[in-house]
Amino acid sequence: MKEAEIKRLLAANLLCVFSIILTTTVPAFFLDSFSVLGTHLTWLCICSVSISALNIVLCLVLKPNPSPKRSSFAHKISRFLKCCIYFFMSCILFHVIIVLYGAPLIESVTETFLFAVLLSTFTTLHCLCMLGPNIQAWIRVFSKNGAMSIWDNSLQITTMCSILGAWFGAFPIPLDWDRPWQVWPISCSLGATFGYMAGLIIAPLWIHWNQKQLTYKSR
Amino acid sequence: MRLRSGVFASSCLLVEALGVALFLRGFFPLPVRSLPRSEARRDPPAEPAPPGSGMVSNWTKIPPPLFKKVVIVLIDALRDDFVFGSKGKQFMPYTTQVIEKGTSHSFIAEAKPPTVTMPRIKALTTGSIPGFIDVIVNLNSPALLDDNLIWQAKTAGKRIIFYGDDTWVKLFPKHFVEYDGTTSFFVSDFTEVDDNVTRHLDRVLKREDWDILILHYLGLDHIGHMTGPNSPLVGPKLHEMDNILKKIHISLLSKEGESSLPNLLVVCGDHGMSETGSHGGSSEGEVHTPLLFISSAFEKRSGPLTQPKLVQQTDLATTLAVGLGLPISRNSVGNLILPVVGDKTMREQLRFLHLNGFQLSRLLQENTPAYEKDPGYEHFKIAEKSHGNWIKLYLDGNNSEILLNLGKKVLKQYLEALKTLSSSLSKQVAQYDMYSMLVGTVIVLEVLFLLLLITPKALSSRAEFEVPLSPPLFSLLFYLMCLMLCAVHVIVCTSAESLCYFCSMSWLTAVGVMVLISALMCGILSAIGKILESSRVPVKNPVVSNSSWSEVDVLILAGTIGHVLSLGASSFIEEEHQTWYFLINTLCLALCQELCRNYFLLKEGDPQHSITLKQSFDNVKEAYECKNIDIPAAGDSKLGKVTSSAEFIKGSDKWISLASPWIILICCRLLRSLNQTGVQWAHRPDFGHWLTRGITEARFVYVFVLGIVFTGTKDLLKSQVISADSSVKSIGLWEVYSGLVLLAALLFRPHNLPVLVFCLLIQTMMTKYIWRPLKFDAAQITIMHYWFGQAFFYFQGNSNGIATVDVSAGFVGLDSYVEIPAIFLTAFATYAGPLLWAIHLLCYLSSEVSRNSAAMGHGCFCYALVRSIPVAVYIILVTSLRYHLFIWSVFSPKLLYEGMHVFITAVICLFFTAMDQNQSRKVQD
Repeated sequence: MKEAEIKRLLAANLLCVFSIILTTTVPAFFLDSFSVLGTHLTWLCICSVSISALNIVLCLVLKPNPSPKRSSFAHKISRFLKCCIYFFMSCILFHVIIVLYGAPLIESVTETFLFAVLLSTFTTLHCLCMLGPNIQAWIRVFSKNGAMSIWDNSLQITTMCSILGAWFGAFPIPLDWDRPWQVWPISCSLGATFGYMAGLIIAPLWIHWNQKQLTYKSR
Repeated sequence: MRLRSGVFASSCLLVEALGVALFLRGFFPLPVRSLPRSEARRDPPAEPAPPGSGMVSNWTKIPPPLFKKVVIVLIDALRDDFVFGSKGKQFMPYTTQVIEKGTSHSFIAEAKPPTVTMPRIKALTTGSIPGFIDVIVNLNSPALLDDNLIWQAKTAGKRIIFYGDDTWVKLFPKHFVEYDGTTSFFVSDFTEVDDNVTRHLDRVLKREDWDILILHYLGLDHIGHMTGPNSPLVGPKLHEMDNILKKIHISLLSKEGESSLPNLLVVCGDHGMSETGSHGGSSEGEVHTPLLFISSAFEKRSGPLTQPKLVQQTDLATTLAVGLGLPISRNSVGNLILPVVGDKTMREQLRFLHLNGFQLSRLLQENTPAYEKDPGYEHFKIAEKSHGNWIKLYLDGNNSEILLNLGKKVLKQYLEALKTLSSSLSKQVAQYDMYSMLVGTVIVLEVLFLLLLITPKALSSRAEFEVPLSPPLFSLLFYLMCLMLCAVHVIVCTSAESLCYFCSMSWLTAVGVMVLISALMCGILSAIGKILESSRVPVKNPVVSNSSWSEVDVLILAGTIGHVLSLGASSFIEEEHQTWYFLINTLCLALCQELCRNYFLLKEGDPQHSITLKQSFDNVKEAYECKNIDIPAAGDSKLGKVTSSAEFIKGSDKWISLASPWIILICCRLLRSLNQTGVQWAHRPDFGHWLTRGITEARFVYVFVLGIVFTGTKDLLKSQVISADSSVKSIGLWEVYSGLVLLAALLFRPHNLPVLVFCLLIQTMMTKYIWRPLKFDAAQITIMHYWFGQAFFYFQGNSNGIATVDVSAGFVGLDSYVEIPAIFLTAFATYAGPLLWAIHLLCYLSSEVSRNSAAMGHGCFCYALVRSIPVAVYIILVTSLRYHLFIWSVFSPKLLYEGMHVFITAVICLFFTAMDQNQSRKVQD
């Protein structure tokens, strides 16, 4: 049971990684002069949209945390709306945090906001897909020893990795190398992306190796 | 001998300060080679004697002057592209025309960093390169005592008139027959400062009673500082300068008719400006300045305009000395700019070059014992010999092609020799006293190791430990090491060729330092031995490892290490404020997460959780009690509240507590945009500029001073009401703290007062809502204080460059420059942020003593450790990077800042220890 689930997790995560790689190459066939560094904003949009689409599809297909009972259509709609609101709020929150970290307040608002959207896609959207708009569940998952399934573990790891990636991505900005990727927010968004990809790959492996120690409380 | 960790830490820091001082002395070579003036007018060398006996050249005097009157127009911050670039073509039509078609020679003069006005004036007049330390030592620019062009001219009876920057008047008191100094104090003054120079011009140009006229225009520099090199104000200013040059040039030309000698107009800049309009560093824009010689003596330029040649700024002094018929300044490292004398006869040219070479080689002789092996000196000797041969041919009356060709060859040899000589002399300025540096580094490293090794013991609950002083001091190893080090010292000092500071100290001091080094070494060894011993013995009480590392701990460790590592890159030093802002932001977020965990997760009914819940209740109660010590006025009511709502924390408090990290983050963001510091983003607009523009600043002063006075009195009243027996000291501490706050308010620039206000706000919030409820231990609190102190250092607008030191703080309340108070005030104003946080730490920890009696000792120890690590690592980095391109512009100022910070930290730690001592005595009583 567990092995099979880990395999499913691995497959899903590899699909995500693969799709990120595709977003860097495929649009070049449709759009003139597309490159990750040159038209960074376009790439940010494409990447966020495709990752969110893939996540939603995966969530519908795999159903990692199936809801206990079939709910009504209206309930579903309200859940969906709640998810949208949560996602938007997390974008705003990330934007505020980034500005607090020193991003320009008035100039390059678009860049900052798209970066916030990307971060939200990597973290909040993932959580929303897995856990739904349920704050209590979120707090449980992100507290110590709160994970109840390998999906929760994977969620913890990818979220941590994306945020750490974005954090480390800010390091090269003050260097005076004058490289195109040092422009705000390219290094940070690339850092977040690499962190996310690393998290996706690390998560199944880590779970696989730590199988013995991981004992999940039943709900 | 039993020692408290506070005492140990402060003594360690004192020793470390000694080591740092020794290192700094070795790293910054003082310009020791200024020779006394008395010998400066010794007989000049004769022309080299032709070989063979009996023939002696009859030309033994200094050549006569080439120019009658010389006008030097020095335009502050004139960058090379302002004259030679597109701006020059657009705004300086007359000058461009003279450069392209007139009788002129144009060069790009390269200034050496630090590109600040005073050292540049010294370089222009003495021809020497002022050392980096000159800037620090001479903040008040006392009279220039070295041999220099102005002094030479005055002694030769030339009448000099000066108008412009009053730095000159201070550097050369009583040298000018007439002068009018303008001050660079009002940076926003773009016109008056130049009009005050120009208004004398018409009158002076009509007169005949002067030989040298020096004009120093400051307006362009002011424009650069305020609005940058691309501002629309630069164009009109350049146009104004162009008109002035035109006026002077025409007037000089009109005077020439009756006299035999031509006049000379020199246009130069002391330094350029960077893309942001500031200067002081070594970027291309700051270093490259134009240098124009305009005189009817030169040939009209023909052919296409070529790119101006690059010369050194120091070359001007030598060239002018030759042009005015004066002896070349003794300390000059400059080379004669040959094109300026290019239309003289071959004999004269060779004579000038020989004079220059002779002066340079004598300077070399006096500075290096092994001067004979220097390639420049050898070249010069060869050139001198062939010069003699040439003179023989010349005196024989040989006037053919051979003579000319040979002359050209000698000329080339001389130029080569001059170049090598001056480059080896300039290198000497940057020569490091490796031995002193090494000794300093060893001391600092030993102290660091000792601190690190003793950490586990020093942070134990007793904060006291045994220092085994006698066994190592009486061991054989100690004596052997002393002997060996002394032997090494003798060997190094007897074999050293260059000057060494440590060797020039008295041998008693040197032996003392050696004994210190070996004692420290033995201390380290014995500490290591003890650790090994204790690890071999079966551990009695298993190390308390169940307290796993929290996120805050990981962050604190990673941040400290990361910051230390970042010091290796020059960009990270220039932008160090970004590192600190980044770290404290992350710290705030981590604290926020910790708070969330504390308040939300504990509600669940797990048995494990309920225990922690209980603990947290205790915390809160304790926190309230602690608070009650502070706020006795509200004490009764609060105590009542606590007892009544023993079940849960009050809701509003919880929310304030949760919101406080965010409020702090917002404060930090506001402060960050108050002063744009650093290099890369320094051009961004900041609130500071906006605040200094108008009357707003005055109003801000009143508001903030009133607010701070109110807080101060409130704090004092608060501590007064507390019953005297328990916290007389707390009153004292609060008094000291508020006194320092008031002093900072007095010294800060008006627009910086928000920094102070937010500092107080953040300290209060942190204490009340974060540190007390979360119950961090003393070490964590200390490091957080240190981080915030560093961030506030940069919030104040400081950077790691010398240019941001606010010297004006040293003049607050003083009629004239008095050295000691000025130094003290400037140091305080610069380090106000770290100091205020350190004193706050002291206040906080002393109120914490009731809970943890060792808190003060731990705090002191951690503070010392956190300061020693970056210093030790930085010293090693700087030593290994000493030939880096940016060593003088980026790494050296940072080194000075670090050194100063160590001294201040040592003082703070002494204060800590004194407080701690009182405490322990009271406990014993």
